[in-house]
Amino acid sequence: MEDTKSLLQIKGIRDGLLVSIDDAPWEQQRSALLTQVDSQPAFFHGARLALDVATQALRVDDLAELRDQLSERGIFLWAVISESPTTEKTAQLLGLATRISKPRPDEARQFSVADLGEESALFLNRTLRSGTRIEFPGHVVVLGDVNPGAEILAEGSVIIWGRLRGTVHAGVKGNAASAICALDLSATQLRIAGEAMTVLESKENPQPEMARIHQDGKIYAELWSAK
Amino acid sequence: MPAKVITLTSGKGGVGKTTATANLAVALAAEKSKVVCIDGDIGLRNLDVILGLENRIVYDLVDVVEGRCRLKQAMIRDKKLPDLYLIPAAQTRDKNAVSASDMIRVAKELRSDFDFVLIDSPAGIERGFRNAIAAADRVLVVTNPEVSAVRDADRVIGILESEEKGPASLILNRLNPTLVKSKDMLSPEDVLDLLAVELIGIVPEDENVVIASNRGAPVAYDAKSRAGQAFRNIAKRLKGETVPFLDLDAQGSLWDRIQRLAGRK
Repeated sequence: MEDTKSLLQIKGIRDGLLVSIDDAPWEQQRSALLTQVDSQPAFFHGARLALDVATQALRVDDLAELRDQLSERGIFLWAVISESPTTEKTAQLLGLATRISKPRPDEARQFSVADLGEESALFLNRTLRSGTRIEFPGHVVVLGDVNPGAEILAEGSVIIWGRLRGTVHAGVKGNAASAICALDLSATQLRIAGEAMTVLESKENPQPEMARIHQDGKIYAELWSAK
Repeated sequence: MPAKVITLTSGKGGVGKTTATANLAVALAAEKSKVVCIDGDIGLRNLDVILGLENRIVYDLVDVVEGRCRLKQAMIRDKKLPDLYLIPAAQTRDKNAVSASDMIRVAKELRSDFDFVLIDSPAGIERGFRNAIAAADRVLVVTNPEVSAVRDADRVIGILESEEKGPASLILNRLNPTLVKSKDMLSPEDVLDLLAVELIGIVPEDENVVIASNRGAPVAYDAKSRAGQAFRNIAKRLKGETVPFLDLDAQGSLWDRIQRLAGRK
């Protein structure tokens, strides 16, 4: 029991419980956590649990197994926080949150825009299926389709090299200069900053389009043409 | 050869998961494969009714998991096909009675004695669905040519990808070629364009499916039914054979003929 305690730190946070583990081997950590849970089933049952795994690099199998084991014990694992990019990616794939209310200092964010002279963008080299939600404090570029039921919320512009049939909100924090571009702009609704636009009938022969807010404060989509 | 564990799922309810499971099981067993199907829809069991085995149930999956019987005792042998077995779901319990690791354990025990283990998933993306896909080597996503069903299938395929369950295969169920022709129904091309997965079969809409299901004798037994033929073709593809898809373009005349045969015209 002493051992278990030294491996794990459990504390209550606004969103449930936060379990922090150190850099000991994952298997050991996992069983320590489960032992702890099994020793106080009443305390843990029905809990929302966030896991801070520090620098551990975890694969989908690792996290999925733990999530299933916790779920069998009536515990909902909703977030995994990590300094390892591998683990963050894994958590995102499994639909787990990677931040809790107090965000961890992000590597990328340590460069201010002025340092780089450019703005940061998230590049997604895949199709976003229904149920996927991408939130990013910069621009988002997708090489693939955005299917109905998928959502992108970007503080900057959104560029889709594919079909856009899901929901996109560019400039969520109010940047009205943001644009939404897609090879086939077939979304049922577009949002830029505080404006929304519904129309966009499905087209027989899709052409690349760009949507922006014009002088009159409304969103217009225009066909792209090579002049 | 150890069995292949195949789960049928859909996200949306009512698209024909259970019917497809029953028909594939019958079609595989009729081709001399040893098949066991597991009803994963605990609390809302149906597979036993469609297979016509309802009155033979003594023990169920939850009894196995909770140790009240041995696995063999819960396996019901089919009336006609000696190589087809069913492990029914419990009707009086809910999805929490079984866990993902239980399913993996049961599937593992069955693997050595069978060629195929077919798992019928409940609708939704919650625990019952997670249990049903936990043991799967391969997942077949069943959908209808309807916008809502396709959207749910897309969600399920996304989850399967993130769980690294390998590429899912698609069964497009209840396609009505006449409606597709008049552009009143999504075409197979529309569906595949969005879902971007491998198509393993298209099953035409056929009222014989409902009739057969109600009789407890799946339509795959019916040599004349086109839906039955579609399910038999999927079964062949699951065994690794290359079978051409039913010719949907020639369906105008053929479809009319089927409807006449079925007494609709």
